[in-house]
Amino acid sequence: MSRRISPVIPGFGLTLGYTLVYLSLLVLIPLGALFLKTTDLTWAQFIQVISAPRVLAALKLSFSTAFFAALINGVIGTLLAWVLVRYTFPGRKIIDAMIDLPFALPTAVAGIALTALYAPKGLIGSLAADIGLKIAYTPLGITLALTFVTLPFVVRTVQPVLADIPREVEEAAACLGAKPLQVARHVLLPALLPAWLTGFALAFARGVGEYGSVIFIAGNMPMKTEILPLLIMVKLDQYDYTGATAIGVLMLVVSFILLLAINLLQRRIETP
Amino acid sequence: MTSATLTANANSARRGNPLARRLLIAGAWLVFALFLLLPLLVVLSEAFKQGVGTFFTAILEPDAISALKLTLTAVAIAVPLNLVFGVSAAWCVSKYEFTGKSLLVTLIDLPFSVSPVIAGLIYVLLFGAQGYFGQWLSDHDIQIVFAIPGIVLATIFVTVPFVARELIPLMQEQGTQEEEAARLLGANGWQMFWHVTLPNIKWGLIYGVVLCTARAMGEFGAVSVVSGHIRGLTNTLPLHVEILYNEYNHVAAFSVASLLLALALIILLLKQWSEARLSRLKSNADEE
Repeated sequence: MSRRISPVIPGFGLTLGYTLVYLSLLVLIPLGALFLKTTDLTWAQFIQVISAPRVLAALKLSFSTAFFAALINGVIGTLLAWVLVRYTFPGRKIIDAMIDLPFALPTAVAGIALTALYAPKGLIGSLAADIGLKIAYTPLGITLALTFVTLPFVVRTVQPVLADIPREVEEAAACLGAKPLQVARHVLLPALLPAWLTGFALAFARGVGEYGSVIFIAGNMPMKTEILPLLIMVKLDQYDYTGATAIGVLMLVVSFILLLAINLLQRRIETP
Repeated sequence: MTSATLTANANSARRGNPLARRLLIAGAWLVFALFLLLPLLVVLSEAFKQGVGTFFTAILEPDAISALKLTLTAVAIAVPLNLVFGVSAAWCVSKYEFTGKSLLVTLIDLPFSVSPVIAGLIYVLLFGAQGYFGQWLSDHDIQIVFAIPGIVLATIFVTVPFVARELIPLMQEQGTQEEEAARLLGANGWQMFWHVTLPNIKWGLIYGVVLCTARAMGEFGAVSVVSGHIRGLTNTLPLHVEILYNEYNHVAAFSVASLLLALALIILLLKQWSEARLSRLKSNADEE
């Protein structure tokens, strides 16, 4: 069944065996328990749990805020990647290094920092309040928190691809009389789109599941600013394990379908 | 088109529009200042609002120290385990061809697409009082959930892919020639690994470990589900920040948070350093 690339390198059985056992014990069997637990519910009960208005409101909120955060990152992430690859300017190295701060910083720290910044008395929050805009404790605040924690994804996927595009291709297009927008549309866009979609999908998936950075800024009002992961926590605190499990399964299934759709879209773009 | 306009076109394509260039750089600086720098400065300014004294009181308080110890314990167990797993997984994926390989790679990445809260939940379902093994565990007087083992398990789950993810592309690129040469010269499996493979993957390994440590240290959602929030016993540093914050003890919360921020900045420095070594290694390989 298995074929080694090279017959002289030892360790196939050992490494594959260890990898499979480790993954099974720590990831697959525990995740299996999640699906096993949902069989405590009948199909009708399961539908009843996940179609409760509070669950549907949280579902809509989690997926829409994650979508908009990924979209914002699609714009500012591409801008950052472009500037970091194409230009040399003072502070470029510092910005490049600091892009990964959201991955290194514990999400709870990000959560309280952003809340302090965007709360009505905070630095940006008070400015926004002057023009009648409320950021913290609204879906806008949740979107901004998700934008922060997922900021590196688009930058780090687009950056290497952009660096690999030979400048000669763009120059050739320009020599042949293409306007800058035509160069962007016909040269850069097709090359960057698959990487951009990967970054978008990673940011989106992370945003849907994100908990630590959101709960401080969300305000956590049921039906209004309550995200799905928080609803799972609420059910757990009420010892409603089957309810928590049903929501967890719903979340995994919806995320899986969306990621699959993005994957298919990516394949269609790569093979025209 | 004359050759003069051709050159002009090529030059303008190379340099770009100077105005657009300035605007884009200014935009990048604005995004950086607004989204990255400002939150960082807020943590520091809130932490030192009432002076250095209250800052040190907050981070030297016994509950904070025990939270720090628990965080370091979780990191010290989770990171080495995932390091060995990462090397082993990358080895079998990159050195051999077998059916189901792409499925295996997908499974390795799986924890990244599972919400941390679900990562905590699954261990509660297995080992909690009403869980599948709950009765057996309580008969044998073993506690996993709401105790340190649960925190360690949840931390391992969310950090499983980091090392493997960095090593797989690196080892695939390096191929198997050097290992084969070592074998033909008479090295046994372990000698080959220690003297040929490990030096080749060293920087990628360090890079993966740094990322893994960052996440293990800062994990919040998964740990929050299994911790039980017992002060001085099952609180990690991020959970300690949450408790202080919810008690409206904002200065203390931000003081502990700035401790975590300092650790995050150290991690960024280490990351930058290992990344630079890695890219130097790659460009050397390209020249050969």
